[in-house]
Amino acid sequence: MNRRASEVTLSLATGPYYQLPEATAAIIVQVAVALLPAVIAGWFFFGIHALSTIAQCIVFSVAFEAGFDFCIGRSPRIADGSAFLAGLLLACNLPPLSPWYVCAAGSFAAIVVVKGMFGGLGKNIFNPVLAGRAFCMAAFPAALSAYVIPVRSFLAADALTGATPLAVLKTKGMAALIAGFGDTAHLSLQLLLGNRGGSIGETSAIALIAGGAFLLIRGIITWHIPVSMIVTTGLIAFASGLHVDGAMVHCMSGGLLLGAFFMATDYTTAPVYPLGKIIFGMGCAAILMTIRLWGAYPEGCMFGILIMNIFTPTIDRLTFPRRFGEIKRRAQ
Amino acid sequence: MFTFKGGVKLPGKKHLSRESPIESMPLPKRVVVPLWQHAGSAAKACVTIGQRVRAGQPIGLPGGVVSAPVHASISGVVVEIIETALAGGTVSRAIVIQGSGEDDRLDLPPIDKWESADPASLLGRIDAAGVVGLGGAAFPSKVKLSPPPGKTVDTLLINGAECEPYLTADYRLMVERADEVVVGIGILLRVLGVSKAVIGIEAHAALAIKAMREAASSNPFIAIRPLKVKYPQGAEKMLIKALVNREVPSGGLPVDVGVIVHNIGTTLAVYQAICLGRTLIERVVTVSGEAIAQPKNLLTRIGTPVADLIDACGGATLGEVMVIAGGPMMGCALSRLDIPVVKGTSGIIVLPQHKETPPEDMVCIKCGRCYSVCPLGLSPSELADCAERGLLDEARRLGVLDCCNCGACSAICPGRRKNSEIIRRLKAATFKVEK
Repeated sequence: MNRRASEVTLSLATGPYYQLPEATAAIIVQVAVALLPAVIAGWFFFGIHALSTIAQCIVFSVAFEAGFDFCIGRSPRIADGSAFLAGLLLACNLPPLSPWYVCAAGSFAAIVVVKGMFGGLGKNIFNPVLAGRAFCMAAFPAALSAYVIPVRSFLAADALTGATPLAVLKTKGMAALIAGFGDTAHLSLQLLLGNRGGSIGETSAIALIAGGAFLLIRGIITWHIPVSMIVTTGLIAFASGLHVDGAMVHCMSGGLLLGAFFMATDYTTAPVYPLGKIIFGMGCAAILMTIRLWGAYPEGCMFGILIMNIFTPTIDRLTFPRRFGEIKRRAQ
Repeated sequence: MFTFKGGVKLPGKKHLSRESPIESMPLPKRVVVPLWQHAGSAAKACVTIGQRVRAGQPIGLPGGVVSAPVHASISGVVVEIIETALAGGTVSRAIVIQGSGEDDRLDLPPIDKWESADPASLLGRIDAAGVVGLGGAAFPSKVKLSPPPGKTVDTLLINGAECEPYLTADYRLMVERADEVVVGIGILLRVLGVSKAVIGIEAHAALAIKAMREAASSNPFIAIRPLKVKYPQGAEKMLIKALVNREVPSGGLPVDVGVIVHNIGTTLAVYQAICLGRTLIERVVTVSGEAIAQPKNLLTRIGTPVADLIDACGGATLGEVMVIAGGPMMGCALSRLDIPVVKGTSGIIVLPQHKETPPEDMVCIKCGRCYSVCPLGLSPSELADCAERGLLDEARRLGVLDCCNCGACSAICPGRRKNSEIIRRLKAATFKVEK
């Protein structure tokens, strides 16, 4: 029944009156989808324990977020999916056999301390997932260095500990790493597939690149951070004397690809403007390669990103682009 | 294809009304003609209560340098001079005319040979006819067509972009009255003493592009350029950038880059003022939206209440609706439907009730989408942060006064933050401090 103008009730709001459908929750779902190949690969390579770690991290993260919201008197925000994604990402950054207390402590540090206490979604300074992992590394060093050799079965429950490629690289050198896999071609293939020791979601280069491509196509991330981070890593590896083999190994080892596509690109803790993003990516690469080549740890992606997070506000300030019609005055 | 940096793709919704030929509204029985329906100072009433007036007769004379006359839109008797609300909450003095039922027009004598007429006299006629920008800003055309001394104009741009969703008034004018629009362009070229005109039309308006190309085919001074479909292509600075690749400087005007921009509807009004002697008393209003029974493009007398247009389109299809004057991006929701149609009313959009995000869920996640869509290269999230912290100087440094209120930043924000509204208030606050 159509109504005359005199019969309608008017609803009021300020404009604009159209919003594009992609809200925060939709973006988070897409990131989780992009991560799925790497998650499934991790479950396949490391067996049932990996799945258990993933499940625990998600449950702890969501529970801590709901609990935190309750404690501060706010209606629970878990529906936006950010806690779920944080749990998933945390698990991807942890070794497959992580015990329950590592999952719990990491989730707590990430969700309650680094995210919640700094103001919640959009207000944190550090990447919560990486900060959570850093906390676990400090609190549980043994658990966080217990990497295993891939078992290549979704249901396998036993696993043997073994060194990751970067650990071998650090202690024994490039030649030994290549020898351990047979030859360079075989090494590249295994790194590509993910058939190597490491954190749950970091090993399969191809799965991570597929996920990264999905994010790029959907416009959820831009090319600036991943490209600058990966290219700079390769260049530094090459220039350090390891040449092409070294560049290839460094780019596909450790948490680099996971970091470049999923961690360093976190909106809240990365710069907003294009030039700033490139500087950020280069900085992450420089720091992580410094740690990998000359530092005590075999792996440094997490630290690289966390340290660059500190510089994000400054980078934003310094790289504010020229506006439309702006006449840039020379320094007065 | 011609375009500008930034901007956002919106669903056009043009299909709802683009096939509806322009239809004349039945003559309203009573009109409320505001004296302030253009940018600048309000007109001053020049009629008294009880006076008989004819359609087209002046009822308000320009009230300042930047002003325009206002004319009776129907014949009848002046019954009241009141203060009326306008869309957006402003208030204006208005002349209320009770119609006599007859359309007894008082036109000015047509200027037959405008091609050889003195440009100043053409300009005087445009002024006397009350022509103002019909794209929505309602800037007095006479002032726009008088560049300040020292500024030269070499190109006239005609804005046929109509980038707001739902609106199809300009589209129908181009499809149905292309020849008249082209005459209007010729008149404007003569007034400005310029020999180059470029018409920008969004690429999806194929029939309009075709009609305008045919109408202008014998005129070597007019070029038609299709524009990439992107909002806000119709914003003045964006149109200039897309059509002639010039950037209006921050704080400047189109004349600063040698260009003057005129809307399609305004151009037609210029034709009518010169060749038919008609004063501006009516305009095409697109009535559309998902909650209106029959979307139409209605030729409406100024001062007609919005309610009449809704009824002329079959009424609303829902009991609770949002009625927007203008387009959905830059228009304004109405709190009452007796508000009169004014010269700047390009559309009346009737939408289902809006679902608002609760304020505590409006979170900026620093994704940077707002920056990537801002056509003026501003960072809306940073400006909104400045607003929340009262950092007015920082806001000015970041270019807040460049903001054209297009609303793209609010439309794209995944956190549903009302960036555009916050920045609008911030701009007002910076003005206050400057005073």
